[in-house]
Amino acid sequence: MDILTHFNYWAAIALASIGLYAVVARHNLIKKLIGLSLFQTAVFLLFITIGKVTGGTAPILDSAYSLYSNPLPHVLILTAIVVSVSTLAVGLALAILIKREYGTVEEDEIQAEDSAAGPGPA
Amino acid sequence: MDAEARQGARQGRRAIDLYLNIILLVFVAATGIAAVWLRNLLASAMVLGIYSLLMASLWVVLDAVDVAFTEAAVGAGVTTVLMLLAIALTGRREKRARSRPWAPLAVSLATAGLLVYATLGMPAFGSADAPAQLHVAPYYLRHGEAETGVPNVVTSVLASYRGFDTLGEVTVIFTAGIGVLVLLGSASRRRRNSATPAKGDSA
Amino acid sequence: MSDFLVLKVIAKLLIPFILLFGFYVQMHGDYGPGGGFQAGVIVAAAFILYAIIFGVGTARRVAPMVVLVTIACLGVLLYAGVGVANLAYGGRFLEYGVLAYEAAHGNHIGILIVEIGVGMAVAGVIMIIFFSFARRR
Repeated sequence: MDILTHFNYWAAIALASIGLYAVVARHNLIKKLIGLSLFQTAVFLLFITIGKVTGGTAPILDSAYSLYSNPLPHVLILTAIVVSVSTLAVGLALAILIKREYGTVEEDEIQAEDSAAGPGPA
Repeated sequence: MDAEARQGARQGRRAIDLYLNIILLVFVAATGIAAVWLRNLLASAMVLGIYSLLMASLWVVLDAVDVAFTEAAVGAGVTTVLMLLAIALTGRREKRARSRPWAPLAVSLATAGLLVYATLGMPAFGSADAPAQLHVAPYYLRHGEAETGVPNVVTSVLASYRGFDTLGEVTVIFTAGIGVLVLLGSASRRRRNSATPAKGDSA
Repeated sequence: MSDFLVLKVIAKLLIPFILLFGFYVQMHGDYGPGGGFQAGVIVAAAFILYAIIFGVGTARRVAPMVVLVTIACLGVLLYAGVGVANLAYGGRFLEYGVLAYEAAHGNHIGILIVEIGVGMAVAGVIMIIFFSFARRR
C-alpha cells in the first residue's frame, strides 16, 4: 500500500531526474531545453499531487458536492505553465541566435570555436 | 441499502481514479524518456507534444481542470509549434556525444535517490488532513463564493486573493514576449543593414 | 501552399469556432474551467493555425506586430490600471471591493476586468513570439 500512497511523488522525481540528465549529459542546446521543460513538468506534477484530495472534485463550487481538491496549487501551476512557454521561447530564441553566430547548437563545438577564436569578442 | 450502494460506487470510482493516475504516470514517464532518448529532434518535439497531452489528461484525473485546459492549449499546441519552428532553424539531427554519459547518469540517479528518501516523510497521496489542505485552502473554499460572487475558486484566487502574484506573472510573460521580439527582431534588422552577408547562411 | 485544399477549407470552417470558444472561455471563467490565460492561448492558437495554413505573410497582414505589441501592453496596463483605479476609489491596490456598492459585486467586476487584461496580454505575447520565430525563413 505504501507504493500506491507515494507513487506520484516518485513519478515526479523520475521525470525530474530524466530532465536533469538531459540538461547535464546532452550537448545539443535544443535537447537541453527539452530536458528543462521535463523538469518543469515534474515540479507541476509535485504541486498538483499535493493539492489532490481523495474523493474530492474540481474546485468549482456547487451544492451537489462538499469535498473539493485544494485550489491553491492549481492557481500557481496554471500561471506557471504559461510562464514556462514564454521563457522556453526566450531560450529557443537564444539558441537560434547562437546557431546564426556559431553555425551549430552543439555545446562542445561552440566551446571549441570559442577557444580557437581566443579571449574577448571577435 | 441505497446508501450502501452509493458508498460502494464511490469506493469504486476512487479506485479507478487511482489506477488511471498510475497508468497515465507510467505513460508520461515513458514518453518523457523517449523525448530525451531520440536523436531526431523533430521526433523528440512531437513526442513532447504527446507527453503534454497525457499530462493534460492526468491533470483532469487529479481534479485540476483549469490546469488541464492550459496544458492542452499551451503544451500540446503552442510549445510544439515553437519547438518545430526553432528546430527548423537550428538543424534536426542531434550529434552523438563522444564521451560516455556515466557521470551525469550517476549525478541524476543520486539526486533521485536522495529525493525518494525525502518523500518518505511526505503525507500520503490524497490525504485530506495533509498540512497543505489545512492552511488557506479551506478559507478560499468556504468564503470564496460569498466574497467574490465567483463559483470557480481557481478564478477567484487567481484574480482576487492572489491578484498581486498574477500581476507579477503577467509582467513576466510580457517581458519574455518583448525579450523574444528584441532578440529575434533586432538581429534581422542588423543583418539587413549590413546588407552583405558575411558568411553562408545555412538557416 | 496552394495544394492543401482540404486543410484550407477545414481551417476556414474551424477558425471562427476556435475564436468563439476562446471568447466563451474568457467570459465563462467565473462559472467553469477557464479564464484569461486559457482564452489568450486559444485565441493565439487560432491565429497560429491561420498562419500555418495560409502563410505567415498573410497572417502578418491580419495582425501586424505593432497591433500585437499594443494589445499586449494594453493588457498589462489594464490589469495594473484596475489596481490604480481602486486606489482612486479609496481602496488598496487591487482591492476590487470598492468598485461597486458592495464588496462581493465589486470583486466580481474586478475579476472580470483583470481576466480580460490577462487574456489580452497572453494572446498578444504568444502571437508576438510565434511571429518572431516564423519571420526568420
